[in-house]
Amino acid sequence: MEKILLKNIDKPEAYKLENYVANGGYKAVRKALEMDPDHIIQMVKDSNLRGRGGAGFPAGLKWSFIPKDPTIQKYLCCNADEGEPGTFKDRAIMDNDPHLLLEGMMITCYAIGASIGYVYIRGEFEYGAAKLEDAITEAYEKGFLGKNIFGSKFSLDLYVHRGAGAYICGEETALLESLEGGRGQPRKKPPFPALAGLYAKPTVINNVETLGSIPAIIEKGPEWFKAIGPEKSPGTRICGVSGHVKKPGLYELPMGTPLRELIYDHCGGMRGDKKIKAVIPGGVSAPMLVEADLDTPMDFDSMGAKGTMLGSSAVIVMEEGTCMVKVAYITNRFFSHESCGKCTPCREGTSWLTRVLHRMEHGEGRAGDVELLESLCGNIFGRTFCPLGDGAVMALRGALKHFREEFVYHVAHKKCMATTE
Amino acid sequence: MLTEKTLEKIEQIQKNYHSKKSAVMGALMAVQRDSGNNLTREDMEAVARILEVNPVEVHAVAGFYTMYNWKKPVGRNHIQVCWNLSCSLLGAEHLISYIEKSLGITVGETTPDSLFTLSTVECLGSCGTAPMMQIGDDYYENLTEEKIDTILADIRARS
Repeated sequence: MEKILLKNIDKPEAYKLENYVANGGYKAVRKALEMDPDHIIQMVKDSNLRGRGGAGFPAGLKWSFIPKDPTIQKYLCCNADEGEPGTFKDRAIMDNDPHLLLEGMMITCYAIGASIGYVYIRGEFEYGAAKLEDAITEAYEKGFLGKNIFGSKFSLDLYVHRGAGAYICGEETALLESLEGGRGQPRKKPPFPALAGLYAKPTVINNVETLGSIPAIIEKGPEWFKAIGPEKSPGTRICGVSGHVKKPGLYELPMGTPLRELIYDHCGGMRGDKKIKAVIPGGVSAPMLVEADLDTPMDFDSMGAKGTMLGSSAVIVMEEGTCMVKVAYITNRFFSHESCGKCTPCREGTSWLTRVLHRMEHGEGRAGDVELLESLCGNIFGRTFCPLGDGAVMALRGALKHFREEFVYHVAHKKCMATTE
Repeated sequence: MLTEKTLEKIEQIQKNYHSKKSAVMGALMAVQRDSGNNLTREDMEAVARILEVNPVEVHAVAGFYTMYNWKKPVGRNHIQVCWNLSCSLLGAEHLISYIEKSLGITVGETTPDSLFTLSTVECLGSCGTAPMMQIGDDYYENLTEEKIDTILADIRARS
């Protein structure tokens, strides 16, 4: 299979502009600048490219919501606040092939009429931020950014904005609040960012991997792209695999590759050839699956039909013997830590869940605690300001659906039935 | 007092935005980096004056994001060990105890010589190379007890 996103990843000094060009880069943007912006939006719509940040929203449709009035300032924000536990794909692109992202941003800005773009990168990615800043500097020096790019009428400025440690800033409106210099707390929608985003101006927010897919779509056409994987959820996907597999890492595969193929053919199977107990298919917010679900294709719709989600394609694989109460505790501790505090069900709910799970995990569970967890889930889900609280509940409900007896055992026997601990 | 170098950085950061307030995060980080990885109330007020925003808004930002070190001082080498799921599955808790023993401090503490502060952190996006930790700006991946010994010894030797 031809790689789109990781094609340069192992090439020496791929992050340098001259090497990106030598590897065929910046051809797509030259082609795009000779096209009508609406035509580009139509191509991306026709390609069925869906957002790689996790929600799977059609990218071309998102772009088409931007008003056409040329007198209004518009912005593109690249969401590089990669923080969903298990996810490490965007970092690989920014560290090793930053010009791929810049080219995707250039084409996107031209298509939506934006003259300014920001990469919102999480604060801990110091290396990636430096690589991006160097790439931007090089692009300005060689006339790939700035005024009248390649002699066209198109001018563009790109900047890097560094986060400072807050998972919630991956939520697009929290990201905008943060870019404006405030606490990263989500905004009420509507208005949606396409009408009132950064500084209340029309704004598109796309993930790194989404933007990285754009140059190939422009260069090779939407039909070529749509032929990779399922038609309604096409393209390639970077699956980031972690946990108890022999070869964890990043695997760029056609959308729709079954989990079993990913784990056994690409990742070499399980460490110590143990059995699989559970697999989280799309970052910790995605409800876990079990061995019987492994033939599910990894695309947005098939995962949705299984009651989980493809999310960020961060696959966390757990072997037999893993304590699911501990997994649930760690996951909820994360959500509680990262709750922005704006709404009560999330702020209080996730911390309550964590306290209950903590005592269960530490052999201090009380009668009725499993039912208490279920009741709390019902009081959080669908009642929060943004999807963070829902994510916490989906993760916990997934664990309870498959492994409820382990939670009950933990409470009754003050120890784990899955491990010897 | 902010140094000339820090003031220049803040001036530069402001050029990236239409609004001065957008420069608050970058300015705070620039100050922290130039002040031994710590941030004081005075620093925050200086940033507020330069960017012409209310000091309470700068305090709010510093308080919201985990990477601003103002609650208590951190040592010269801030060890942040990931204890989220992928790292935990591969033994993060064990390594945290190992580092605690090795440094003679517990999580949240700083060694008496201020050389190390030990913290646990949530996912740093390095899950395929778990378990991992960050010290300063650098990632250390696929950790083992032996690797940790070498890393800590190297830092001690350098300082």
